[in-house]
Amino acid sequence: MQTTMVPNVEAKSKPRYTGISRRRRILKNLAMIIPAAVFILLILTAILAPWLAPYPYDKTSMTERRLPPAFVEGGSMKHFLGTDNLGRDVLSRVIYGARVSLSVSLMVIAITSGIGTALGITAGYLGGRTDAFIMRITDIALSFPGLLLAMLLAVSLGPGFFTVVLALSILGWSGYTRLIRGETLRIRNSDFVAQARIAGASPFRIMLRHIFPNILNPLIVVVTMAVGFMILAESGMSYLGIGIPPPMPSWGSMVADGRNDLDRAWWISMFPGILIGLVVMSGNFLGDWLRDKMDPRLRQL
Amino acid sequence: MNEIILQVEDLRTSFFTRMGEVKAVDGISFYVRAGETFGIVGESGCGKSVTGLSILRLLPEPGGRIIGGKIILEGRNLMELNKKQMRAYRGKMISMILQDPMSSLNPVYQIGDQIAESVRLHQGLPENMVEPEVISALRLLRIPSPEMILKEYPFQLSGGMRQRVVGSVAMSCHPRLLIADEPTTALDATIQAQYIALFEDIQQKTNVAIIFITHDFGVVSRICDRVGVMYAGKIVETAPTREIFKAPRHPYTSALIHSVPSLDKKDDRLFSIEGQPPSMMNLPPGCRFCPRCTFSMDVCKEQEPPEIKLTEDHSVSCWRVK
Amino acid sequence: MPDVLLETRDLIKHYPVTRGFLQRTIGWVRAIDGVSFTIERGKTLSLVGESGAGKTTIAKAILLLEQLTSGSILFEGKDLYKFTNTQLRTEYKPKVQSVQQNPWSSMNPRMRVRDIVGEPLIVNTKLSKKEVYAKVAELLSKVGIASEGMVRYPHEFSGGQRQRIAVARALALNPNLVVLDEPVSALDVSIRAQIMNLLKDLQAEHNLSYLVIAHNLATVRYMSHSVAIMYLGQLVESGEAEALFERPLHPYTRALISASQLTLPEDSDQSSKQIILTGEMPSPVNPPPGCRFHTRCAEAQDTCAKEVPVMHVVGTQQVRCHNYD
Repeated sequence: MQTTMVPNVEAKSKPRYTGISRRRRILKNLAMIIPAAVFILLILTAILAPWLAPYPYDKTSMTERRLPPAFVEGGSMKHFLGTDNLGRDVLSRVIYGARVSLSVSLMVIAITSGIGTALGITAGYLGGRTDAFIMRITDIALSFPGLLLAMLLAVSLGPGFFTVVLALSILGWSGYTRLIRGETLRIRNSDFVAQARIAGASPFRIMLRHIFPNILNPLIVVVTMAVGFMILAESGMSYLGIGIPPPMPSWGSMVADGRNDLDRAWWISMFPGILIGLVVMSGNFLGDWLRDKMDPRLRQL
Repeated sequence: MNEIILQVEDLRTSFFTRMGEVKAVDGISFYVRAGETFGIVGESGCGKSVTGLSILRLLPEPGGRIIGGKIILEGRNLMELNKKQMRAYRGKMISMILQDPMSSLNPVYQIGDQIAESVRLHQGLPENMVEPEVISALRLLRIPSPEMILKEYPFQLSGGMRQRVVGSVAMSCHPRLLIADEPTTALDATIQAQYIALFEDIQQKTNVAIIFITHDFGVVSRICDRVGVMYAGKIVETAPTREIFKAPRHPYTSALIHSVPSLDKKDDRLFSIEGQPPSMMNLPPGCRFCPRCTFSMDVCKEQEPPEIKLTEDHSVSCWRVK
Repeated sequence: MPDVLLETRDLIKHYPVTRGFLQRTIGWVRAIDGVSFTIERGKTLSLVGESGAGKTTIAKAILLLEQLTSGSILFEGKDLYKFTNTQLRTEYKPKVQSVQQNPWSSMNPRMRVRDIVGEPLIVNTKLSKKEVYAKVAELLSKVGIASEGMVRYPHEFSGGQRQRIAVARALALNPNLVVLDEPVSALDVSIRAQIMNLLKDLQAEHNLSYLVIAHNLATVRYMSHSVAIMYLGQLVESGEAEALFERPLHPYTRALISASQLTLPEDSDQSSKQIILTGEMPSPVNPPPGCRFHTRCAEAQDTCAKEVPVMHVVGTQQVRCHNYD
């Protein structure tokens, strides 16, 4: 009784049928390259802030207030993006602001996606009352007035980095739960999950080893888009004065600071504003590109 | 002898992928007469479905393209038609049935509307004559109470019934050629038998030529008059059905027939073909079946065998046959 | 005395059909309605039937993936429903494993082969990872997969190779019974023979029992020692495979065999005996009264529509048909 030795594995990757010209393919990839470059630049800026910024972010100067940027009449290379109403260098503040925005954003995303995913998988896999319970809480969190809660927290705990993170996290997880639950439901009925049950695996093991790795794809797409959204949310809070307190710059608070000078010193609000928009758009484009790339018919990561 | 409806000469279809050219169909030739069923048999990846799609010029774009050969339907080379002319041919002269009836039928339209769409498109009948035509198409496929079925949706029907509706759509414009791509694979055995008997009947009535693409030998034995066996993009043997079963000349045909368990007796051990079909991007020089062939000779490794006509109806592509 | 590994007695599974806002039960899907059979040690029983016959439900019940409405399953003589949960986990589940139809969806695409095949061991034993992987390598070589395959992912293998890996996984815990749900129907014709031969070899080597769910009669004939034919939730005929194929007793069995045969047009005696059933299988929500098959049976008589036929023993076969009263 000799079972035939099958020859070694042949790597099977499904060919993508493309008759598209090279030029179009490059254009399509640009949709990924540019946003990815923006993000990489953002991360580098945040990390290297102390070395990149020409001035400390809180160095005021009464004589050099509202100086225009270098490329506008009246400006100089000394303050490339001009100064704000307290004479602080806008470029340096924008660079440090990247650091603030990014760290808030990443921390909130880590917390919210972690909680949201865990709850979503649990609800989706265990079903029944657990599912109903979790989804009701999710519904409540989704419909709760987030801004109001943020304001209450700011008032009671005092504004600060951790207050912002808490305010955004305490309800922010609910956006993930529904999505992950849906994906879990889909995977739960797969043959390989049935096999794991036949092997005797516990529900916890199945959720961790079988369901979680297979929901990573949609999760990554959502997280990518959430970065931009979180920066926007933090900016909003800072604009309203319930975010990061001065003198630490955040893009949102910088926009707020320049509010009264829009007519004569537009650059104070403009540059941080543009950056917020740029990062949010990049997040969206990157997320879109990732979603297309991760079409389940193609090989997964 | 009936006239030849379809003549395919040296058809070549490739898919252009980022990793190279996949030569899905690499030079095949065959013909089908009116009132006759020609079976194309092979395993997955051999190119049989692509052949069907090529004849209808319905290859997925971008990427799929017919790069050579002639497809002559009743004297006209389909490769010479422009898009508009080809659209007129599809549905009217040539029609197709696919494996999964659920995806062939639009779930949000009623059955009557779906058949009527085909009728209106191709027959240009006055509006009051459309419904009788639809009903007669349903009757042709022996669908009970056709007037009631008109108003139903696909999900309300059983699998076998849906496949009949698909058949009705395909036959509603009285095509000369019907291409059926694994239409019975998803059906239960007894329903399959009904369906095949039905098509034999339809063929007798309408004299339609049928190309039946399948991997199931039981089905082949029942409905096909002649069979072409495909492997890795080429037809390795063409013969009348009886000869394919009783006297296969190509090692692949023979191996395939012997690897299928018989219902008539208990086999001691099934013959199994070693290895796997070749990658369509890196085809071996010489005969494509050579790496798995128990009879391969030196010449098989180097040169592709020519097509040898054993009799009027039986041809083989194999160096062993002289 | 036959060595019976698993016996089912009068298995019944009904699913409720609900409608309306308040989910009132308006009827029952009678998926299986009184099915009894035995599986002997080291032998193969095939459960044959068309879709809707109930065979997958039975497989799921035996694998404890579904709860029965009533009936009992006896494993090595002991009633499963009297087992405690721990007993089921330690004494039953490891001994009854499964190979599924679809080699593409039955494996976690994110897990490497060695973890897929090793999972039953990781979950049920206290072996170290190294020991588990060693056993995995052994299992893979038994099914003809080279050890380099261990670190690869399922999508890097062909359908036939994946089924081999699935078989290796099923053998990991040294089961007594393997439930195979259409193990080869998703594979290419020339690969089917490979897998069927492999299964037979393994059966001989390890004295495995197989419960094969299939609809392809030729496969069934090749693989089985005994066969049970199902129609609309009930067994209509069962018995020793060779006897059943040589002399099918039930009209449905004959129709199935006829539908699956190779019929060459010149074989005049065969084509005249072709049995083509009319109509389709009725819905299991409302099975026909009396004999469930009578609506499609060419040999139906008056009693068939009124009385439910009982199982009659005819030689080594059992048949549920009024023809044998």
